[in-house]
Amino acid sequence: MRKWRCLICDFEYDEAKGLPEEGIAPGTRWEDIPDSWTCPDCGASKADFDMVPA
Amino acid sequence: MSAPLTILGSGHAGITLARDLRKLAPDLPLRLITREDGHYYYKPDLSKAFAAGKDADGLIKNPLEQLVEQLKAEVLVRKDVTAIDPAAHAVQVDGEWLPYSKLVLATGADVVRLPIAGDAAAEVLSVNDREDYGRFRALLKPGARVLIIGAGLIGCEFANDLAASGHAVRVVDIAAWPLSRLLPEAQGRALQEGLGKLGVTWQLGASVASLDRVGGSVEARFSDDSRATVDVVLSAVGLRPRTRLAADAGIACKAGIVVDDHLQTSAVDVYALGDCIEVNGRLLPYILPIANASRALAATLAGTPTKARFPAMPVIVKTPACPTLVNPPPPVAGSWEVTGTAPDLEAVYKDESGKPLGFALTGAATSKRSQYVPLMPAIHEPA
Repeated sequence: MRKWRCLICDFEYDEAKGLPEEGIAPGTRWEDIPDSWTCPDCGASKADFDMVPA
Repeated sequence: MSAPLTILGSGHAGITLARDLRKLAPDLPLRLITREDGHYYYKPDLSKAFAAGKDADGLIKNPLEQLVEQLKAEVLVRKDVTAIDPAAHAVQVDGEWLPYSKLVLATGADVVRLPIAGDAAAEVLSVNDREDYGRFRALLKPGARVLIIGAGLIGCEFANDLAASGHAVRVVDIAAWPLSRLLPEAQGRALQEGLGKLGVTWQLGASVASLDRVGGSVEARFSDDSRATVDVVLSAVGLRPRTRLAADAGIACKAGIVVDDHLQTSAVDVYALGDCIEVNGRLLPYILPIANASRALAATLAGTPTKARFPAMPVIVKTPACPTLVNPPPPVAGSWEVTGTAPDLEAVYKDESGKPLGFALTGAATSKRSQYVPLMPAIHEPA
């Protein structure tokens, strides 16, 4: 499982944890999150995220 | 070279727009003019930097050189634009008129300062940008006694950050509870208690009467005649959109710069974005509305006119001592209905017919955000 970090505000999406409060189940892969999803903290788009090096 | 699209301001609004624009218009000539030093940082980090152990340089996410390369833009730093001539499509910098194709005002907001008596009143600091933060941090010795004026969003965030990093924090506000303009009393009390457990001392229902220097300290006297001895005073009583430049150019301004659904001001080819604007009669001094608005404006500027949508967007208050999230209701008569057990409270603001217009969540209830957002009306939905 990987993590993705928002380049604007540093919010991290952790695939293992998902975002249950937004209806994204634990284990949801980054590719499976809709392109219309935006960063919950700053509103940046998916394209503004980078994978966190393991 | 043809006149560049010009953005005034390098805060979150200006830089977000420049990034969004580059995704759609890779070759458009672009110029940014800023009074800051141009290094990119994320402004909301200012009120959580102490606990994160970051100094002013540590907040920089993209040094200027990197930003210039990413944005393929000309960035003029430490420059004040002194006038706009919308008819001539030019802005004045250092006495010289620089032409623009289109202009975007992303000038943000100034801090509001309350008049205070006493010989230490001039020493009061505000933290509204990275350089302010550097000055503030330099003054704060470990364990320093800090008086924060204002128990609003920024005041509460700083109270949490400073108390969590070992400072003795006192917060004074004329209101009866913290975040009184955003939260019902029960939730304000939960926040008050959460920050209290962290060591924050509250002085509510009072204002600062005077500040006087006594030796190495500042003696604060309050409207209730109580006193406190502190080392540093931080003012966080609110923000006021920077409208003077626009107003001087004849651009329509009320509390903020007035924009239409395409974020265009009353002047042709002049747009505005971020904390300096007023949408549907409301100021939106928060981070989230900028993202949607920026994407729409970037599309418009790249040739596809796109109206900006302002859906319901909860504001996250960065107070880990009592997590808080609020979707402020519009200024419409109504009342809060609060459920739950403190600090885990859910509040819904309903108008007189029972229609939900806003909500606020504290403590563990903040995880229920997605249940409430769909119930909320948009801040502004273009026709």
